[in-house]
Formats: sequence, structure tokens, C-alpha cells
Amino acid sequence: MKQATPTLTTDWQNESSSTVRSKKLSWQATTTRYMWYIALALIAFIVLCALVPQWIAPYSPVDMVADRILQAPNAINWLGTDYFGRDIFSLVVYGARDSLLIGFSSVVIGILVGVLLGTVAGYIGGILDTIVMRFIDILMTIPGVLLALAIAAALGPGLLNIIIAISVSAIPGYARVMRGQMVSLGSRGYVEASRSLGASGLRIVWKHILPNAVSPILVMGTLGLGTAILTGAGLSFLGLGVIHEIPDWGALLSQGRGYLTVAWWICTFPGLAITVFVLAINIIGDDLRDRLDPQSSYL
Amino acid sequence: MVQTIITRTISSLLVIVGSLTLVFAIFYLLPGDPVLSMIDPTYATPEMIENLRVQLGLDQPFYIQFGHYLADMLRGDFGVSMVNSDPVLPKILANFPSTLILTLSSTCIAVIIGVVLGILSAVHRNGWIDIVARTVGLFGISMPTFWSGILLILIFSIQLGWFPAMGSEGISTLVLPAITLGIVGAGFVIRMVRNSMLEVLSEPFITTLRAKGISRHVIMYKHALRNALIPVVTVVGMQIGEMLAGTVVIETVFSRQGIGRILADAIMARDIPVVQGVVFFTAILYVVINLLVDISYTYIDPRIRRSSTSR
Repeated sequence: MKQATPTLTTDWQNESSSTVRSKKLSWQATTTRYMWYIALALIAFIVLCALVPQWIAPYSPVDMVADRILQAPNAINWLGTDYFGRDIFSLVVYGARDSLLIGFSSVVIGILVGVLLGTVAGYIGGILDTIVMRFIDILMTIPGVLLALAIAAALGPGLLNIIIAISVSAIPGYARVMRGQMVSLGSRGYVEASRSLGASGLRIVWKHILPNAVSPILVMGTLGLGTAILTGAGLSFLGLGVIHEIPDWGALLSQGRGYLTVAWWICTFPGLAITVFVLAINIIGDDLRDRLDPQSSYL
Repeated sequence: MVQTIITRTISSLLVIVGSLTLVFAIFYLLPGDPVLSMIDPTYATPEMIENLRVQLGLDQPFYIQFGHYLADMLRGDFGVSMVNSDPVLPKILANFPSTLILTLSSTCIAVIIGVVLGILSAVHRNGWIDIVARTVGLFGISMPTFWSGILLILIFSIQLGWFPAMGSEGISTLVLPAITLGIVGAGFVIRMVRNSMLEVLSEPFITTLRAKGISRHVIMYKHALRNALIPVVTVVGMQIGEMLAGTVVIETVFSRQGIGRILADAIMARDIPVVQGVVFFTAILYVVINLLVDISYTYIDPRIRRSSTSR
């Protein structure tokens, strides 16, 4: 009697479901690509706002129009006006400068210092590695936001102080990743080969290890930019931000809180600007991770 | 296992001393004069500034200052407020329950939304549920809490009148702040659960189960989920710490009582002892939470339990 051959095929593996799955995948790939383009366009627009706000903003952010106080969004003031009669759209456009400056500078400083510490610790090793990594461990004993808040509180309000605070809270992440890369790449065959050919330590790090360690740092930096902008806006919201006549997004939102019942638009649009920018950065960051660092990708 | 717990507890105590050193370094070693950040030099005379310096012990050499500070903090003497001379620690302890309730409620919301959407997202990978869950996750981690909190106040307090916009009396005042903070945590948990679940589903033991003809439902919820949830415990532990830090903004937005609000007020008033006390108190909680997460691993993951028993 012929026995029935057991089959491994289940309903979630058969031909038709794999066709459906490939259709889904292609649909998702298209959606992801469009999201990526939209995100990139939004980032480009906001960066343009930060670089040349006078080209985009219809009014000066310091123009106070007495007869247009607390106007709801309308044809003249697209996003309404605040309690001084200033145009909210113009304020949001000009506010991009400080918000982005805080985010980008903190990430760049965080990466530079973190990569340097991680490289030194990973390459030299021994007692220096222990000292550097214990210092990093201590920095990680306080949640990032709270660390930035404490440093900003100690240094006092101001653009530079806020950048220093966020940079310091970002350093541990980059240092740990870089050290991990140094340890793992340092034992690769091509590094051994270079070493046996008499290459100096600095040359090995510069020519062989750093180029290979760029991807995870780049991915981390992109996603870290979103976090840095959120933290910067949060510090400004709490009153630790930049003090001058053109407020950044966080400070603008904080100023509008007192008028919530009569003018919802003062708080809503700066917050929307922060959300849209960070969302776009996270979409690009996720995509970069999928492309450059598939092992840790968001599967 | 007892040995593992003892070792981790001792290492956590060392970490607490480390964070104590960090808090000291932040306020005493960074550029800037702590005295001048406490009082306005335009109104204070040089004598007043000098007196305060002596009163705070800042005229002493660095190692003596650090020794005094370390001894005081470990004894539970967090100093007194510069604004009203209230002892700092009792003030923190009196306000802590409110922050704890908010943090725990937000964590519950984050875990429930995060785990459910994370699982559905992985099970229906690339389907519409996946898209919705990933979008919720992405928005969760991208929205500033002070903005989402204000939006919730606008909609549910001002427009609909369902919940109070501020205060800390009763459960109704807890709903909006807990949701605001919970959404952020949910964003991280969704991404983690989905990632972890998909990773487990690609493991060889899942292929073996499929080869044995086990139903998809049993594979997903009995075998894959149990394994996928292990790393999620770490994320939830870290999220509790981040939420504790997040209460600074949330308690300010919703005018709630709590240690976050104390910290925000102290920052505005340049009340350094209070800022220092709250930061250190939160760091201790963060370390304790991480310790509990570490210990819970030995119970949750049989592999760790066996390896620690065999040692």
C-alpha cells in the first residue's frame, strides 16, 4: 500500500500565498520608496527654512502688528498670529534655524567625541580602555534626557550650553558602538595582513577600521538627530533654551501654552514642525539602517 | 542564582556611587560658578556671594568638598532648598508617589499597546496591520511629549471636556498624562516586539515546528512569542527609566504634582541642591529598575537560570 508522503507545505507557504506575499512586498517597497522621497523633500524644505528663512517666510518674525493680535489661521497669516501680532508661519520658519543648529551640532560633537573615545579605548585597550569605558558606563547611569537637563541646568540657559548638554548625553552611545567596532574589526584578516606588512597603528585605524565602522555610526547619528532635536526642544520648552527675540520651536510652543484656550494655533504648528522633521529623519534613519546595517535592521 | 543576585546588587551599588560622582561633577566641575547660578550677581554684594560660597563649602579644596558631598548623600542628607530652606529628600519622597503612579500607568499603556501591535505587526508582516502598527510606532517616537500632551488637552479637556487639563487629584487627572507618556513608550516597544518576533520566526526551531506540522497559531503564540518577549523586558526596563525622566516635561504640561515638576521648578529658580537631589534620586531608581530587570531575566529565561545554577 502506498503511503502518503508527508508534506512540509502549509497554507502559509504554498504557491498562491507566496504570490500574495511578493505582491505585498512589492506594494510595501513602493510605499516605502514614496515615504522616503516625501521624507527627504520635507527635510530639504526645513533645512532650506533654516538656511534662508527670508526666502520662505512672508513676514519678518519680529514684526508686531497691533491690529492682528491672536488671529486664527487665515489667507493673510496662514498659521495665524500670536499675542504680539507676529505671524506664526514666519516664526516657525525662522525658528527652524536654532532648532536644527542644536540638533545637528549636538550630533556632530557627540559623534566626534564618542568615536574618538571609542577608537582610543578599543585600539589601545588595557587600562586606558577600562578607564574610558567605566567613564562611559557612569555617563549611562543617568537617563539621556535627564543628563542633558542636569548639564543644561548647571550651565544655565543658552544655545551653546544646550548643545554641550545634548552632546554629552549622546557621547556614550557612539563611544560604545565605536569600541565594539574597533574590537570586532581589529581582529579581521585584512587588519592582521596590514599589521604584518608593517602599517602603523594610526594608518590601520584611519585606512581600514574607520571606513568600515562608518555605517553603524552614520545610522546611529541619523536616528540620534531626531532624539537631539526632541531633547533640544524639550529643554527650550522648560526655559533652558536660547534667549533672543526669535524663539526656537520648543520655546515658541512654551510661549503659546498660556493662550491654549483662545489660540490653539500658537502651540499646534511649532509642535507639528518638530514632529514632521523628526518623523522624516526617523524614516530616513530606518531606511539607512536597512541598507547599511542589515544585521540590526528593522526586519 | 543567589550568587548572581548578590553580584549584580554589589555592582549596582558601585554604579550608584558612580552616578553620585557624576552628579557632583556636573554641578561642581563644569565651567561656571554654582554660587553665581544660585544668586543674581547684579543684586548680590561680593560679601553675600562669599558668604554663600562659605556656607556651601565651596571655599574648601575639591577632595574635601567631594568627601562631604559623598558622605551626606549616602547618609540620605540631600541638603536644603536654596529657595525656602526645606530639606530636599523629604520633599522628593512626599512628591514621589504621584510620579510613580504616573510612570507605572504609562508603562502599562506602553506595554499593552506595544506588545499587542508589535505581535500583530510581525504576524501580519507587510499587511495593513503592519503598516498601521509601524506608523503608530514611528509617530510615538517622533512626537515631542509636550506637544502631544498639549494636543490631548486641547481635544479632550478644552473641546470635549472629558478629562481635567491639570491637577493630580483622582484617576481622571491621570488619564491624559499617562496616555501622553505611554504613547512614546509604546512606539519603542512596538518596534522592539516586531523586530524580536521576526528574528525568532527565522530561527531553525521554528522551521522544525513547521516541519512537524504544528499549527501556525501554536507556533506564533506558544513558541515564538515566549522567546520574542525576553529582550522586550530590557526595553521596558529602560523605558521606565526614560519615562521617569519624561515626567519633568509631562508634570509641567499637566501641572501635576511630582518629582519631575519639582525639578522643572528648581531649574527655573536655580535651586541647585534640589536639582541635584532629584537627578540623583532618579538615577538611583534607574539603577534599581535595571537591577530588577537583570534579576527578572534569571526567572524569565531558562537558559540564564540554568547557566547561573550550573556555575
